[in-house]
Amino acid sequence: MTGITEAEVNVQPAIAIREVTLNYFSPDRETLALLNVSLEIAQAEFVAIVGSSGCGKSTLLSLISGLIRPSIGSIQICGKDVTAPSPRAGYMFQKDTLLEWRTVLDNVLLGPELLGLERRAARSRAEDLLNRYGLGEFLHSLPSELSGGMRQRAALARTLCPDPDLLLLDEPFSALDYQTRLALSDEMAAILTGERKTVVLVTHDIGEAISMADRVVVMSRRPGRIKSVHSIAYPSFGLDRPTPFQARKCPEFSAYFQLIWDELDVHQVQ
Amino acid sequence: MAIETIATAAAQTAPSPATVTQSAAYRKYLRGLRHRALIIQTWQIGLVAVFLGVWEIAPRAGWINPMLTSYPSAVVRTLLVMLQDGSLVHHTWTTLSEIMIGFCGGMALGLVCAVALWSSPFLYRVLDPFIVVLNGVPKIALVPIFYIWLGDTASIYAMAIAVSVFVTIIMLYTGFNAVDPDKIKLVRLFGASHRQVLWKIVLPASVPTIISTLKVNVGLALVGVIVGEFQAAKAGLGYLITYGSQIFQMNLVMTAIVVLAAISSVLFIAIQALETIVLRRSGSLRSSS
Repeated sequence: MTGITEAEVNVQPAIAIREVTLNYFSPDRETLALLNVSLEIAQAEFVAIVGSSGCGKSTLLSLISGLIRPSIGSIQICGKDVTAPSPRAGYMFQKDTLLEWRTVLDNVLLGPELLGLERRAARSRAEDLLNRYGLGEFLHSLPSELSGGMRQRAALARTLCPDPDLLLLDEPFSALDYQTRLALSDEMAAILTGERKTVVLVTHDIGEAISMADRVVVMSRRPGRIKSVHSIAYPSFGLDRPTPFQARKCPEFSAYFQLIWDELDVHQVQ
Repeated sequence: MAIETIATAAAQTAPSPATVTQSAAYRKYLRGLRHRALIIQTWQIGLVAVFLGVWEIAPRAGWINPMLTSYPSAVVRTLLVMLQDGSLVHHTWTTLSEIMIGFCGGMALGLVCAVALWSSPFLYRVLDPFIVVLNGVPKIALVPIFYIWLGDTASIYAMAIAVSVFVTIIMLYTGFNAVDPDKIKLVRLFGASHRQVLWKIVLPASVPTIISTLKVNVGLALVGVIVGEFQAAKAGLGYLITYGSQIFQMNLVMTAIVVLAAISSVLFIAIQALETIVLRRSGSLRSSS
């Protein structure tokens, strides 16, 4: 974020979603996936989007990434309209989507390779990231030799290797077992706090959302709309931000959990 | 937690049976495995021996007419004679080169068509019914037409290609479309072009499909070549089979069939070796298995 003054950072949102509506067409029907969604996300803010399945939260992420275009409305990243995928946004999937025919290092170098970045610099950055995530011994291993948590850390390194300004996380922990999920969300929070990135996390796990995010956006069922937005703070913990694991033990955690749980109408399931 | 996972993974990836002490029960289990493998091999060799024995004895003892079946020692004699006068090498080489050309041609043409169909959903929609129909047509029925159109050599190649190409297209196209869509999304998010999606994701991910297509095609190319030779050839193992049966020389027919069986085994083993190497390198096969 060098070259941007403090004033600019405050003025311009990292992501601006303006009255976005999205229709899907298929031969059988027309689906209204999102209806009139507006949201601004500040630089270095961590926003979690929660909602029951099919509420269009992943669709919203695809829209921000530039993979699909809104039917109505606009999406801007740092003031510029999103028309195609941009290297400024890094995306993480539910599955690690590591390419099993490439070594861990070559997987991490996929982004720089496709973006045409200078190879030697990218390589040293990739090695640095993998070392920091405890994968230094596995640079030349194939993904099949890694455990689930290690694979997802390798996927995180791949996402961060081209140094994106904002991160789009599409339920990145949901394929992991419970222990690994808690440990990895702690690690990820530590990494992301250090990097001062703008993060959008899509999840159906309320605990994950309120333990990691600065703000939680609750979406309603199809057609997806923003139902409410909650700023998350843990005054009982003091001035510092608790790690996700510590946050889960704060009294505010269960209050937020109850509040958002009630809003999600999970009890009305199908 | 991080160190723990790494430690367990390291233990998984580095099995060192030499340093691990084996319990008596485990050693017994391993002995049992080896014993079982030995018994299976013995049975396999035994079956071949019995088959050859019956084939040798039955005509000699007058149970069946040797004119109809020949017998192993006569086949070996024919094989040696043909090896000495060079005709065996000549015919085998002719057939083998036809197989290779037909096999590679069918594979290459099939691959190009499958890529084209994958690249253009429109083209696929238009051509799909034709491919299905052409795949269903018994290609053997085309042998005389190919002979009239293309002459004796080219018609054999055409036959080998025709037999394998449609199956290749269908298998590869299905494989291309079975590639994990998230992997394609992943490279598109990095701004990959259509061509990059093909080269970085679809083709490497389809390596196992390509290998199994190769396996199917070896057999099909053999069928195509032999059927082509029946109609047209002046040399080759298929020619030997028709020629031998016309002059009622079963020795010759059986010799050609034995050589054909040997060729197909060698090709199949070669592809299996290729499969092991490639799949291990591409990560589809765990190095420990």
